[in-house]
Amino acid sequence: MRKEVIYQLGNTYRDDLRIYGYHFGKGEKSACIVGSMRGNEVQQMYVCSQLVKALKELEGHGGFVPGSEILVIPSVNHFSMNIGKRFWAVDNTDINRMFPGYDQGETTQRIAAGVFDVVQHYSCGIQFTSFYMPGDFIPHVRMMETGFQKPSLANLFGLPYVVIRKPRPVDTTTLNYNWQIWDTNAFSVYTNATDRIDQVSAGQAVASVLRFLTRMGFLRYTSHSGYIATVVREDDLKNVKSDAAGIYRRLVEPGQEVKKGEVLAEVLDPHEGDVVSRILSPERGIIFFAYAQPLVMERAIIFKIIKRLHQ
Amino acid sequence: MIKTVVSVGLPVDEKLRIRKQTMEGPEAKGEKKRICIVTGTHGDELEGQYVCYELGRRLKEQKEHLKGIVDIYPALNPLGVDSITRGIPMFDLDMNRIFPGNEDGPVPEYVASRIIEDIKGADLCIDIHASNIFLREIPQVRISEMTAKALLPYAKKLNIDYVWIHGAATVLEATLAHSLNMIGVPTLVVEMGVGMRITLEYGRQLADGIFCLMKELGIWDGDVIRPKKPIISTDGQVGFVNANHSGIFIPHVDHWESIRKGETIGEILNPLEGKVEENLYSPCDGMVFTLREYPIVNSGSLIARVLGGEFH
Repeated sequence: MRKEVIYQLGNTYRDDLRIYGYHFGKGEKSACIVGSMRGNEVQQMYVCSQLVKALKELEGHGGFVPGSEILVIPSVNHFSMNIGKRFWAVDNTDINRMFPGYDQGETTQRIAAGVFDVVQHYSCGIQFTSFYMPGDFIPHVRMMETGFQKPSLANLFGLPYVVIRKPRPVDTTTLNYNWQIWDTNAFSVYTNATDRIDQVSAGQAVASVLRFLTRMGFLRYTSHSGYIATVVREDDLKNVKSDAAGIYRRLVEPGQEVKKGEVLAEVLDPHEGDVVSRILSPERGIIFFAYAQPLVMERAIIFKIIKRLHQ
Repeated sequence: MIKTVVSVGLPVDEKLRIRKQTMEGPEAKGEKKRICIVTGTHGDELEGQYVCYELGRRLKEQKEHLKGIVDIYPALNPLGVDSITRGIPMFDLDMNRIFPGNEDGPVPEYVASRIIEDIKGADLCIDIHASNIFLREIPQVRISEMTAKALLPYAKKLNIDYVWIHGAATVLEATLAHSLNMIGVPTLVVEMGVGMRITLEYGRQLADGIFCLMKELGIWDGDVIRPKKPIISTDGQVGFVNANHSGIFIPHVDHWESIRKGETIGEILNPLEGKVEENLYSPCDGMVFTLREYPIVNSGSLIARVLGGEFH
C-alpha cells in the first residue's frame, strides 16, 4: 500500500485540507473508490476505511492480480465533517456538484479538479454517496443513463438491486456523471445510512466491492456469490407521499414486502397525539426507500416502492 | 390582492406559504398584459425585497396609470429568507437548481412546479437576485447566449448598468429563468448588490427600470424616467481574478471603477504572521463590475471580475 496526499489546500485559520489516496497493487489503473464527498457522509468514509483495511490485508497475502492498481480515497470533505457541516465549510457549495472542476476557478471547483485529475482514467469508478432526502434505502448500486452505462457490470457487485437513473441537468456536475463521460464505468453504491454507522450494511458494502473487484479480475478473493440483481428504473418506483404533517411513525422497513392497502406509516397530531393520518400502500411490492425522521411535512415522499415485486 | 401560490403543511402548526400580491388596473379593458416580479429564491439575497416594496408603493399611489396586471412574489423561498438560509431549509437544496419542478416529486420540486404554473402565461418575468454574501455586483442583467436575441431589447429598458451575455451551461437548465424562457415567458435575471444587505440606491434604480419596461409593454401609462444605456458584455472580454492563498482580502479599488492592466486590485493578508500573502492585479484594462465583499478567502475564492475595454 502506498499512501499519498492527492490534493492539498492551504488555510490561514485551520490545518491544510489534505485529501489522501491509498494505492494498492501496481499496473493499469483498474478501479478507483471514493468515499465521503460531503461532511455528513460518515458511513461512506467508514466503509472506505474498512475497505482500505481489507485491501491492505489482501495485498499482504498476495491477493492482488499482477498488473492492476486500485486507488481508495476515503474522504474528500473532512474539512466540513470536522465542523458538522454537510457542504463546503466556507460557502456551502457541494463538491459533488463541481465536477469535472476547474483548477483556476472557485475553491470547490479547484478541489473537484484536483480530485478528478487523480481519479479519472481508471477503468472502474465506485463512489459511496448519499441522497438528499433523509431516509433508509435497500443497499443498491445506482447508475446514470448517459448512454455509456453498463448495467451488466453493476450486477457484479452482487447487491440485490441496480437502479438506473435518467440524469437531469443538476446531475451533469457529479463525479459519477463525469466519470462516465470520460470513459470510466461509474457506479454509486448506497448503503442504508449516512450520518451514522450501520455495521451490517457497511459490511455488506465492503463485501460487494471486494466481490466486484474479484469478478473484474483485479483481486483473488473468495466470497459468497451475492445476489443476481433486479434492475429497476428510478422512474418506475412508486412514490408514496404523506397527506398530513406532524409526528411520523414508520411501520415498515426497507426491503419489506407490502400488500396494497397495508398501513405503512402513521402521522400523529404533534400536540394531542391522535393519529391524523394512516398512510396506505397504493401498490403491492417491496419497500425500496423509507423516510426516517421523527417529523414529516405534508406531501413529503416517505416511501418508494418497487411495484409488483415479491421477495 | 394577496394570493397564496402554494401551501404545504409543516410538522407543527404552520404552513409553508408562497404568496404574491396581484395588482390589476381597474380601468384596463380587453386582454391585459401581465408582468411577474420574483425574488427571494436564495434566502440570503435581500436586495429584491426593497424593489418589491417600492413597486407596490408606487403602484398603489398611482393606480390610475396601471393598465395591466403586476404580480409581485417577494419570497419564493420564504423559510430561507426568514432564517438567513441560502437554500431551502430542511433540504439543503439550491432552489434555483430544481426548476421546472415536478408535481409528483419531493416537496421542493412540487413547490417549484406550482410556481412555474402560476407564472406561466405572463408576458414578462423579472427574477431579482443579489449575488451572495461574498461578492458585490453592480445592477446587471445576465442572459444566456441562447436567449440573448429575444431578451436584450427588454434588458436595455431596465435602467441597469450592465448586461452580461454568458455561455450556456447544462446545469443552468434547472434555473427558474431557463424554465420560464423555455415555456415562452421572457425572463430576465437581475443580479445586484450583495447578500444579506439592501442597497437602496440600486433598489430605486431597478424599480425605475421596471416601470420603463411596464410602459413599453402597455402595463403602465404614467411618467417614467429615460433608462440608462447599459454596457453590454460583448463590448469587451470578462477577466476573472481568483485568490491563490488563504487569508483576509483588503481591496485597493472601488466597485465599478475603471482600472488598468497590472494595477493592484487588492491584497490577501495573513493576520497571524503579519505579512502579505498575495497581491492581486487586474488582468486587463476595464471596469471592476464584481468585487469581493466578504474578507475571508481561501485559495480559489473569487476576488473580482473585470470587464475589459475603455468605459467612461
